[in-house]
Amino acid sequence: MDISQFFTSADLFGIAPEIILTVTALSVLTLEMLHVSRPGIILMVAALGLFLAGALAINTSGDEQILFGGMLVLNRFSVFFDFLYITIGLLTLIFSQGYLEKRGSASRGEYPALILFAIIGMMLMTRANDLVIVFLGLELLSLSLYILVGFLRHDQLSNESGLKYLLLGAFATGFFLFGAALTYGAAGTTNYNGIVTAITNNTILSDTYLFLGIGLLLIGFAFKVALVPFHMWSPDVYQGAPTTVTGFLCTAPKAAGFGALIILFNRAFVDIHYQWQDIFWILSAMTMTIGNISALIQHNVKRMLAFSSVSHAGFLIMGILVLNETSISAVLFYLVVYSVVNLGAFAIVSAAEQEERGLNLKDYRGLAAQHPWLSAAMTIFMLSLAGFPPTAGFVAKFGLFSAAVSQGYIGLVIIAVLNTLISIYYYLRLVVNMYMQKEESTLILSYKMLAIVFVGLIAIMMIILGITPGYLLEIVTEAASTVA
Amino acid sequence: MFTSIFFYFLASIAIASAIFVVLNRNAVYSAIALVLCFFSLAVIYLLLEAYVIAVLEVFIYAGAIMVLFLFVIMLLNLGLEDAFPYFRHLQRALSLFMVGLFFVGIFLIMFNEQGILHQPGEKFSAGDIYALGEALFSKYLLPFEVASLLLLVALIGTVYLAKRKI
Repeated sequence: MDISQFFTSADLFGIAPEIILTVTALSVLTLEMLHVSRPGIILMVAALGLFLAGALAINTSGDEQILFGGMLVLNRFSVFFDFLYITIGLLTLIFSQGYLEKRGSASRGEYPALILFAIIGMMLMTRANDLVIVFLGLELLSLSLYILVGFLRHDQLSNESGLKYLLLGAFATGFFLFGAALTYGAAGTTNYNGIVTAITNNTILSDTYLFLGIGLLLIGFAFKVALVPFHMWSPDVYQGAPTTVTGFLCTAPKAAGFGALIILFNRAFVDIHYQWQDIFWILSAMTMTIGNISALIQHNVKRMLAFSSVSHAGFLIMGILVLNETSISAVLFYLVVYSVVNLGAFAIVSAAEQEERGLNLKDYRGLAAQHPWLSAAMTIFMLSLAGFPPTAGFVAKFGLFSAAVSQGYIGLVIIAVLNTLISIYYYLRLVVNMYMQKEESTLILSYKMLAIVFVGLIAIMMIILGITPGYLLEIVTEAASTVA
Repeated sequence: MFTSIFFYFLASIAIASAIFVVLNRNAVYSAIALVLCFFSLAVIYLLLEAYVIAVLEVFIYAGAIMVLFLFVIMLLNLGLEDAFPYFRHLQRALSLFMVGLFFVGIFLIMFNEQGILHQPGEKFSAGDIYALGEALFSKYLLPFEVASLLLLVALIGTVYLAKRKI
């Protein structure tokens, strides 16, 4: 048999970033085994691997490439997501310096290694052109996250949330797999191009099974990106996980989940969009409303940000529902802003976190007097999440809403705008606590210099992007044009 | 006609035993019911002429994994006395009988049909191990490799989370 139709050297070059990341993760583990005791070295090696993988990923951009006999597709869209994951990974590594030690756990080589494995899984998810690869990528990501969430072995809350995430995640995986099996049964193939051909040529064996399969696949994804009513795990898991992991958990997997959803529903199931668009409408409206209202009554900062990220998922799913090039580019822009801002906010929370303290909204009272710069950065992040005009969050929300209005989804946009107004209350509550209270803050912030420099950079970036978003808009439009 | 009747029969056994797994409060009974479920699934694979998958299902799931399940249940000390209140003697007799049967079978094969184990494999038909291997290393090469990464991560996680001293 001829193997060259499935595997050539071009395929090997195509997955070079994944190979580099795997090698880096393994060498990080080996360094740990050899008792290289300085945690800085291990983080440095991991960061170096990420840089190298990013450099290789940019090399592969250009024309669309099909690898491994149709298993993977490389195009500007996938390269955009590769970069997003690598950026998130780098920022997480930078913000993680010294955090595990602070929480009483030794810094371990497994931590950066698992983050690298999670990034490999996410890259596969958005490069995939086949349900098998999406599934394996999703599982690689999820397994790494289960371990990372329970990484503080002596901490009961961390253990509990790790186990909760594992059990519910395994359940969601079952749904996803059953959906993939039914789709395969109906279309006769797991390849996206094959599914499209089967739908256009009307060779689907059974419409019922196809729709059932699509529904179950959607449930699997909805769990992973925490859409209402599949979001119940997220506040507990976000609260119990180590804070730096929470930052990673609420940004990167969400980006990967939405990237894979966009490819799946805009490439494979695009011809039957009238069948699933109503479900997306309901999911979107429910997710943003329930997420927002739950966020209003939270006193714990991590839980508040968890529910806020649920409501952001509701905004994002609106972009997939609208289904054209502008809406997808708006989703990509939104994902960048949302991810970076959340990472910054969680970095500040992790700096403020102490034994039994620093996670309550009340603990932030009067913080601005002692740490004016960090408080200013936190304010910019909160304003950006709420979507205030001079920040990038406003541009992101505006792009998404205008794309939805142009396609006639007026009702949904009204719900979204109302939700944005509600969300201002809880975002500003944190800011009010920092600035308006007279009390002396008793929080002692612990942070590394590099982390603070990057928090500042993110804050400045958000203002610059809010005023001149043109450069990023160009990139996302180019990326979106390859899928829509 | 016959196949479909057979299929529905097996499918109902699989579903019934799966329900039994969930509803039963005795962990050992649940595990045994799960074995039954795997066996009926294996026969369904046979109906699809997926012989290798059927054999693997019995070997790996009904065999290896369920033995581990039972080990864990027993290590957790859920009380075997509660699990098998009446069957002490029956169990011993049954296990002796099964071991004897196994030995008789092995000896029969060894003496009566010599050479069966040593014949080189002929070219098999579809659904056999040859086709499976070819598919795994050609069309499904990438998923195969990614699965190995997945197992590595699971291994790291188990060691990290479960080992007392790291």
